[in-house]
Amino acid sequence: MSEKVIMLGNEAIARGAYEAGVKVSAAYPGTPSTEISENLVKYKDSLYCEWSPNEKVATEVAIGASVSGVRAMSCMKHVGFNVAADPTYTVSYMGVNGGLVIVVADDPGLYSSQNEQDTRMVARAAQLPVIEPSDSAEAKEFIKIAFDLSEQFDRPFVYRTTTRLAHSQGLVELNERKEIEDKPYEKNIRKNVMMPGNAKLRHVEIEKRNQELAEAANTLPINRVEMNDTKIGVITSGIPYQYVKEALPEASVLKLGLVNPLPRKLIEDFASKVDTLYVVEELDPVIETQVKSWGIKAIGKEIFTVQGEYSANMIRQAILKEELDISKPAEAPGRPPILCPGCPHRGVYYVLNKLKIHAAGDIGCYTLGAVAPLSVVDTTICMGASISSLHGMEKAKGKEYIKNWVAVIGDSTFLHTGVNSLMNMMYNKATGTVIILDNSTTGMTGHQDHAATGKTLQGDPTYAIDIPALCRAIGVKNVVEVNARDIQAVEKAVKEEIAKDEVSVIITKTPCVLLDKSKKPLYQTHTDKCKKCGMCMKPGCPAMTKNADGTISIDDTMCTGCGLCASLCKFDAIELVKEGDR
Amino acid sequence: MAAKNIMIVGVGGQGTLLTSRILGGLAIAGGYDVKLSEVHGMAQRGGSVVTFVRYGDKVAEPIVEEGQADVIIAFERLEALRYAHFLKKDGALIINDWRIDPMPVVIGAAQYPENIIETLGEEHRVYTVNATEEAKKIGNPRVFNLIVLGVAAQHMDFTKEQWYEVIEKTVPPKTIEINKKAFDVGYHL
Repeated sequence: MSEKVIMLGNEAIARGAYEAGVKVSAAYPGTPSTEISENLVKYKDSLYCEWSPNEKVATEVAIGASVSGVRAMSCMKHVGFNVAADPTYTVSYMGVNGGLVIVVADDPGLYSSQNEQDTRMVARAAQLPVIEPSDSAEAKEFIKIAFDLSEQFDRPFVYRTTTRLAHSQGLVELNERKEIEDKPYEKNIRKNVMMPGNAKLRHVEIEKRNQELAEAANTLPINRVEMNDTKIGVITSGIPYQYVKEALPEASVLKLGLVNPLPRKLIEDFASKVDTLYVVEELDPVIETQVKSWGIKAIGKEIFTVQGEYSANMIRQAILKEELDISKPAEAPGRPPILCPGCPHRGVYYVLNKLKIHAAGDIGCYTLGAVAPLSVVDTTICMGASISSLHGMEKAKGKEYIKNWVAVIGDSTFLHTGVNSLMNMMYNKATGTVIILDNSTTGMTGHQDHAATGKTLQGDPTYAIDIPALCRAIGVKNVVEVNARDIQAVEKAVKEEIAKDEVSVIITKTPCVLLDKSKKPLYQTHTDKCKKCGMCMKPGCPAMTKNADGTISIDDTMCTGCGLCASLCKFDAIELVKEGDR
Repeated sequence: MAAKNIMIVGVGGQGTLLTSRILGGLAIAGGYDVKLSEVHGMAQRGGSVVTFVRYGDKVAEPIVEEGQADVIIAFERLEALRYAHFLKKDGALIINDWRIDPMPVVIGAAQYPENIIETLGEEHRVYTVNATEEAKKIGNPRVFNLIVLGVAAQHMDFTKEQWYEVIEKTVPPKTIEINKKAFDVGYHL
């Protein structure tokens, strides 16, 4: 038997893609999908993979590779699938040459997302087949099956995971890579040029292919019946399958690996053999609605929620009506995520808070500037929306109205979609100040490189986009670069730029503190000099604690020596006690 | 063997992922089926984090349900309080006697609960260690999590040699000695 190793779901997906003979993969980081590409790069001698600036670009890269005849994939989080929607809906009409798989990770429970959308709904709207694994072992095998089916039925496949699968580890058996011969490229404009006359015919064709796949789904081994006691029958898929097995070990289960299109005959047959049929699926009633539309009696969202994650206990309570003897959680103050000690965004937000400025926010670590005590960010919608929504406000209310507003956006997010919004400001004669919080990385997702860091996913040096020059090329005259740690300079820049009746971009460039591997300085407080004024606590640094007597302590295991607190203390009560390398 | 359920709880950035990898490695070395569930992304930025480790003959779900944890390893007092209801009636709760104020406490919007360890001790088997101070004593405050793990190891079914072997395989090569030393401190407390 081959070696068994423990793998994160995302690591198993990467391994499966490698074994499936994938030659090209493109992605934009997004929790919970990021580790797929980070693991795929381990196989860089056998395949090409990249960080693209956004999910639309990534998916188009994968489509091009598929058209040329190799197995290709793109990876993203659920909201990234919206960005990739444009190529996705149309490649559905085209079909594939080399197998094509779009990996999309949903986030039930919103661990790290701005919504809880269900990718199966989006895929159904695009008429795309969806495959869904339920643990790391399946994560690896199913991606290989997805590529095989993609080529067999000439359909791009959506491979859906959720946070609980992506970020759980389980045992996986390793296999060799299957070298797939490239498919020959043949020019075929009826299949690949989606102008109306061709697309009209392709629409007919994909309906046919989907019906063939739906028929085949009745006998695909990844749709599996586990017949047991017939009092309770459950249709389920993905991670909820594991909860069902835990809670209802005696029940009969129809475990779906292909969740779109559904195997109607298999479902009808299973339903006829059980007394009561349940559908257990997280988020939207995608399976349930279809099953019921066929006149099959089933229970689903009548007893289950459309929000958050499920659990075995939830199933025991909902289906078995068990009263569980669980003590109530203790009352404990919440611990929301916060900017790290030494985060370069903290000083910038401190200044904006001091100047009573509102920020149209964006997606990244700096979203955390919305919460107290910084409380600067007023809106967070999606990648790139900070700049365009500020523009909308200005057009609605006029330039005076936004004199106490800015847009804040990170460097990676700016390159993702923010740059389009900046073009729009210039084109449509806007005014307003955009702050690019440039920490030289994609921070929240765990430090991935991007087009302006000068490094590829493989870690090789490459051309780094010059963000200030890019802004100037778009036409922005006022491009100001400041050190995020110099709060006087930040304050001066913000005041000056906001006063102008033009578009300004302030770039606060300081690398993410977690990337700084140099020896850190350390600050400590002199409680005898401390006047208990609370100034140093205003930026909300988690390394600082207020003692019972009102003086302040600094946790020496957390302090990174950024010195922001010391710069705010008027009484020299915070002192550098250990020099660092910076 | 019915699945053993372990939880590691703490504050994002405290190194819960390293600890869970060591526990996962142990379970594999013991020949068990094993599943782990972790938190990545936003909560890692100073939020409350929980990692589940389950091992046994066959493991289905990767999470530990409320009321079913055999051992909870808490890297911080408030997090011990937050997750204590996941413990089985006879489960063991290992607490690093350390306080990190969450932002609502820092800004005065909430109080850090008093007497957490005493309160939890009334209902559960509680074992405490000030691992952060102990780690400073051996010269590296960052290895506190291995000290806590050493205390937890006293309540689990693996030999010291098994622990050593997995620690050697899991931590960065340069830090093997200090991590084993830290584990010993906890193991002999």
